[in-house]
Amino acid sequence: MDNREVVIRARGLKKTYKDFAAVDGVDFDVYRGEAFGLLGPNGAGKSTTMKMISSVSQRTDGELTILGKEPNTQGPEIRAHLGVVPQKDLLDRELKVWENLFTYGRYFGLSRKWLKTKVDELLEFAQLTEKRNSKADDLSGGMQRRLAIARGLVNEPEILLLDEPTTGLDPQARHILWDRLFRLKEQGVTLVITTHYMDEAEQLCDRLIVMDKGKIMAEGSPASLIKEYSSKEVVEVRFGTDKNESAAKQLEGLGDRIEVLPDRILLYTEKGEELLAKIVDSGLNPITSLVRRSSLEDVFLRLTGRTLVD
Amino acid sequence: MIANAVITQAVALAEKRAQKRGSGVYAGRATVLIERGLYAAKSSNWLVILSGFVEPVLYLMAFGFGIGQLIGDMQDGNGNPVSYAAYIAPALLATSAMNGAIYDATWNVFFKMHFGKIYQVMLSSSLGPLDVALGEIAWALLRGLTYSLGFMAIVVPLGLVTNWWGILAIPAATLIAFAFASLGMAVTSYMKNFQQMNWINFFLLPMFLFSGTFFPVSVYPEWIQMIVKALPLWQGVDLVRSLMLGVLDIGVLWHVLYFVVLIVGGLWFTTTRLRALFMR
Amino acid sequence: MDTQKAIRFGALRVAEYRFYSMSKWMTAVIAFGLGNPILYLVSVGLGIGALVDANTGGGGVLGVPYLQFVAPALLATAAIQGVMDEVTFPTMDGFVWDKLFFAINATSVSSRQIADGVMITALGRGLFTTLMYLGVLLGFGAIPLSSALPLLFSSMLAAWGWSAVMLAVTARLENDEGYFAIIGRFVVAPMFLFSGTFYPLEQMPIFLQPLGWISPLWHATQLGRFLAYGMPIETWLVVVHFAYLALMGVIGMRFVYPKFAERLSR
Repeated sequence: MDNREVVIRARGLKKTYKDFAAVDGVDFDVYRGEAFGLLGPNGAGKSTTMKMISSVSQRTDGELTILGKEPNTQGPEIRAHLGVVPQKDLLDRELKVWENLFTYGRYFGLSRKWLKTKVDELLEFAQLTEKRNSKADDLSGGMQRRLAIARGLVNEPEILLLDEPTTGLDPQARHILWDRLFRLKEQGVTLVITTHYMDEAEQLCDRLIVMDKGKIMAEGSPASLIKEYSSKEVVEVRFGTDKNESAAKQLEGLGDRIEVLPDRILLYTEKGEELLAKIVDSGLNPITSLVRRSSLEDVFLRLTGRTLVD
Repeated sequence: MIANAVITQAVALAEKRAQKRGSGVYAGRATVLIERGLYAAKSSNWLVILSGFVEPVLYLMAFGFGIGQLIGDMQDGNGNPVSYAAYIAPALLATSAMNGAIYDATWNVFFKMHFGKIYQVMLSSSLGPLDVALGEIAWALLRGLTYSLGFMAIVVPLGLVTNWWGILAIPAATLIAFAFASLGMAVTSYMKNFQQMNWINFFLLPMFLFSGTFFPVSVYPEWIQMIVKALPLWQGVDLVRSLMLGVLDIGVLWHVLYFVVLIVGGLWFTTTRLRALFMR
Repeated sequence: MDTQKAIRFGALRVAEYRFYSMSKWMTAVIAFGLGNPILYLVSVGLGIGALVDANTGGGGVLGVPYLQFVAPALLATAAIQGVMDEVTFPTMDGFVWDKLFFAINATSVSSRQIADGVMITALGRGLFTTLMYLGVLLGFGAIPLSSALPLLFSSMLAAWGWSAVMLAVTARLENDEGYFAIIGRFVVAPMFLFSGTFYPLEQMPIFLQPLGWISPLWHATQLGRFLAYGMPIETWLVVVHFAYLALMGVIGMRFVYPKFAERLSR
């Protein structure tokens, strides 16, 4: 797999604001055509990393090349290859839907004639053809996000950067969006996505890094990360808030790993149903029990901890 | 459509530019911001735009003709009598240029910067901060120029422009609008909230009232005159008044120089500031 | 806490909250409420005044020096502007921007009390800046001390009357698109300039004079000139001026209450 072309390469990448290291020495490669995820809790350094990749933020230290170019000096050339979908859409509220796409294309210096057809094509792609003359402000959240993605595509970028692409959308809107992003990947666009939705990362990303406090905690495909940092299945049992602790003592030794949370106990294991049967046999009666497949969320929480980050 | 990473137009343009000096801050496309301005203006409230034009006309009527009856004639620089309306008309023309430019360069820029965040979006394209600064300032300047042209269209038929030098009042108004747009955007880029923005208006009113607009600055003590003459509106009022009343000397070139310095300084500050804000 | 009492004095609760949020702006309130009229006093009253008095050979306008001629008009303007700002912006905020009135209405405070609360606060602010301005005018010798109280009354009456109308208008707006710019330049500026403020209304062409007749500022200014230095006005006209301003307030508020009730019950 490593004979694929590297489009983004970071080594020891660092960004410091005053004396706070937002990104603290990270190494990663992004290959052409893949969907690459940046996962992490708030403040992990994902957005800062994205800003450096989008060549608007200068790094403090380390190496970063995008398509073989140096962002500190070749910003405009790199940005001409990039599509950016910012977290809050940042649409131009004074403009209509089609004007948003058109003017953004003009910022790249694209000709009006070429843009006329391109805008139609993008409206079609974003399923916004009927809304072309609405004001950007009057669109629903899902539509605004699709418009922001269409805008990011107007210069036919090789790399599309998406910052939290489905935050705040309802399930229907999310699924439409995922579908559109899949199509882009099929067309060969490299996607770089930050998210804190684990299902989204599992759905979309070929490979991802988990960041915390400016550092990379783990790297790999969703499946390999689950394999490495979790078990195949998870058994969740509840005994009631005040009884979990004592029950946990009796469960000691069952499963590969046990985690006691205030409201429930998690047991990581290869064979969930068998384990649950053992628990019931041992005379413990959980109020509720659930056997599920291990997910990226388990990996994420294990790596970044369960403390709330604000 | 994208699969083979064809060199797109956008890339080709950016790479062509890359060899040149300053390609990191200027892509040579400030005019696309004016295009954006036109699209935005098309669907905005025209009454608001018109209102900026009406204001100086109202002042001309009330002060020029109303108070003018109480005041009688004034004197131009050469000691010839001019009507009070003809005396304040140049000042109001300079004010029109200022108001039109200032409105877009301050409040509108403030909203775009902090609420719409559209500069952040522009700078994620291959535009540079100087494109954005120059484009926005040029857009504001156009509004100032439009207002002054509108005002000219009223004062000329009223016979308030008495000589051919008066034609030069139009380029002068352009210069004034450019300087105020440039200065306004530079100042706005340092403003963080509404309260601070209100202080801009707070300084504009005294400047309007005391810059030799309605009465000559010679009524003040020497040291106040010095302060007033350092203000951009007095520079503009004096420049336009010299032209419209045809009282010219080499001194007008100082005014021109003054405005050129303001324009360049404002552009420089705005560009630096946009970089600091959005390209950290 | 006495629930009945709290419900009865809801308007004061609203005013209390409004005063509190205004206190954070105190510098700006004073600077704008007082700064602008002082600037006009100095530039127009003194600057232009010097030109006028020189031209009229000391005869002044209608028998008094120009400064004294404009002082009552400037006082009324300051009052009107101060109160109007404090009804329009908070009302736009309450219904459109932050929609705070809906939150207040979710407590035991009624729609009518919200409207009253806004008006009480506005009058409070207006009174504060008008009093200070009155002090400034006295300092400049622009008005005699004995006329201070009657002038305060006529100015505040005009401020209330006009602000009630503006409150009614603002309450009807669904969005703020350009509203403040349009009102400021098409309504307030002409009112300020064409109400006989800076020169006698009779100097305007007759077809423009009706602009003054409908303007609350003209009525307040005429009353003010009558009260300040006894400008001769027929008694029935004094009554008309008072009645006009009072009627504006009463009618304005009559439109305000149902509109507030309707919007808050949507």
